Amino acid sequence: MSVKMLPTRDGYGYGLLELGAANPDVLVLDADLAKSTRSDWFAAKYPDRFFDIGIAEQDMIGTAAGLSLGGKIPFATTYGVFVAGRAWDQIRTTVCYSDLNVKIAGAHGGISAGGDGATHQALEDIALMRVLPNMRVLVPCDAIEARKATVAAGNVQGPCFLRFAREATPVFTEEGDYFEIGTANVLKSGIDVSIIATGPIVYEALLAHEQLASDGISARVINMHTIKPLDEAAILAAARETGAIVTAEEAQIYGGLGGAVAEVLVRHCPIPVEMVGIADTFLECGTPEELAVKYGLTAKDIVKAVKKVMARK
Amino acid sequence: MESLERLKEICKDVRADIVRMTSAAGSGHPGGSLSAVEAMTVLFFGVMNHRPTETDWPERDRFFLSKGHACPVLYSVMARSGYFPVEELLTLRKCGTRLQGHPSCKTLPGIEVSSGSLGQGLSIANGFALATRINQKDYRAYCLLGDGELQEGQVWEAIMTAAHYKLDNVCAVVDYNGLQIDGDVETVMGIAPLKQKWESFNWHVIEADGNDAAQMLSAYKEAKQTRGCPSVIIMKTIKGKGISFMENVAGWHGKAPNRAELQKALDEIYGKENKS
Repeated sequence: MSVKMLPTRDGYGYGLLELGAANPDVLVLDADLAKSTRSDWFAAKYPDRFFDIGIAEQDMIGTAAGLSLGGKIPFATTYGVFVAGRAWDQIRTTVCYSDLNVKIAGAHGGISAGGDGATHQALEDIALMRVLPNMRVLVPCDAIEARKATVAAGNVQGPCFLRFAREATPVFTEEGDYFEIGTANVLKSGIDVSIIATGPIVYEALLAHEQLASDGISARVINMHTIKPLDEAAILAAARETGAIVTAEEAQIYGGLGGAVAEVLVRHCPIPVEMVGIADTFLECGTPEELAVKYGLTAKDIVKAVKKVMARK
Repeated sequence: MESLERLKEICKDVRADIVRMTSAAGSGHPGGSLSAVEAMTVLFFGVMNHRPTETDWPERDRFFLSKGHACPVLYSVMARSGYFPVEELLTLRKCGTRLQGHPSCKTLPGIEVSSGSLGQGLSIANGFALATRINQKDYRAYCLLGDGELQEGQVWEAIMTAAHYKLDNVCAVVDYNGLQIDGDVETVMGIAPLKQKWESFNWHVIEADGNDAAQMLSAYKEAKQTRGCPSVIIMKTIKGKGISFMENVAGWHGKAPNRAELQKALDEIYGKENKS
């Protein structure tokens, strides 16, 4: 199967350009990574509305907060591992507690910064951001969805965290596909089991769906592009209608999508769940493909998890 | 603008408010509130362009309390300038109050942004000042920082940013009372020489006696007239100023006066025979 490949960070770049043209109040900040994050596309087109804050993530978030108080819509941009970790207190106390209209873009999420090693792989960003009141957490699955998520974040009032990836990944959604913050997209219907995935690994879930179909297993595939607010209705419908769930993410399972889905299920509909993701460990350097195989993030791993969870039904 | 004599009278009431409200709360931060009484009173009654009964007036100057624990002094000058009834000050730190132990913009109109985790206010003031410049407006951003707070690295990031973007509508005020929770600032983690540090970061530095209302008035004026770079007023103050047994005692950073201490404090502020 031949499929177009683009990194989701490109979607962010296009989304910023779209927002920039539509709304003069949209501004972009970066912390010395503008070329990597694609915020330099915005900087080239709207130089008066782009501000490099230097290698100072905490100050960048505070500056963005002040800009929002002045009626602007700032997108504070850098690697996810730095902004979500180093500037967490600024995001918590200044942005979320005050419920400010600040957008935070975390690039190089998951294993996509592979070669840089564990220091640069954002695996805890989802957990760190989703625990914050007032925050929205968006993890687009491909470049098209990344553009839509960026635009949607710019058009909603309040704090948003967006996660993007470095590596080119399959572009499998369509421009016309529906996208709304907080509403999961069911990509494949199914009755035996549900795979709930977030980010580029959704494509692996689709590949798993095909492999499972050839084994006679009907798997529902849900693209959970919004981790917060979580589409609990879609999760509970999947639980009640298919009786078993596998989550898949390029992030720590603890506190990540796996944890989030489990929180919903144990309260309302306890059913067997298996989780594909990073299992409480730091990774190492390697290409994203190598790391996906070594740490169990491929379609094959999802298939294995599906068979395991179905045996527990 | 109020006369200097009137400002000094208001300062007395603000000092009394601080000890009354922290005493009623049974906790809070009187020391670093008392040191900033003149700076805050002069700012709210003589310098800032604001409308206490129209807290969302877009043209207002903004005040950011980076040292959020000093909110008793902020609440007092807000109440006394008409943001809310003075009686409400006694609800400080009580469950259900709008006057949170550290200021919350979600509960109290007039608080620009919630604060309490140190080191963050100047970045916010910078961002606001930048937005103001983009909007081609001329209102100003004021930010009060503690001296111990300057140990936070983010403050120095923000100091760089304000100078880099030449934000001359930013006025930082450092409450240089020389004490922090664990003791002398210079013993805990030295910050001197402050003037040279800020100057070398390309700020216009104004030094003043922060407990002298007249000096603070002219310091704010000088800051406002300074163009091309941000200004900082490094104001030498006395922690616990105005209450003899609190002055220069680190222990009064975060401790409330009991009833007897409150009475003694009020006697000192107003004189025994006057209103207490």
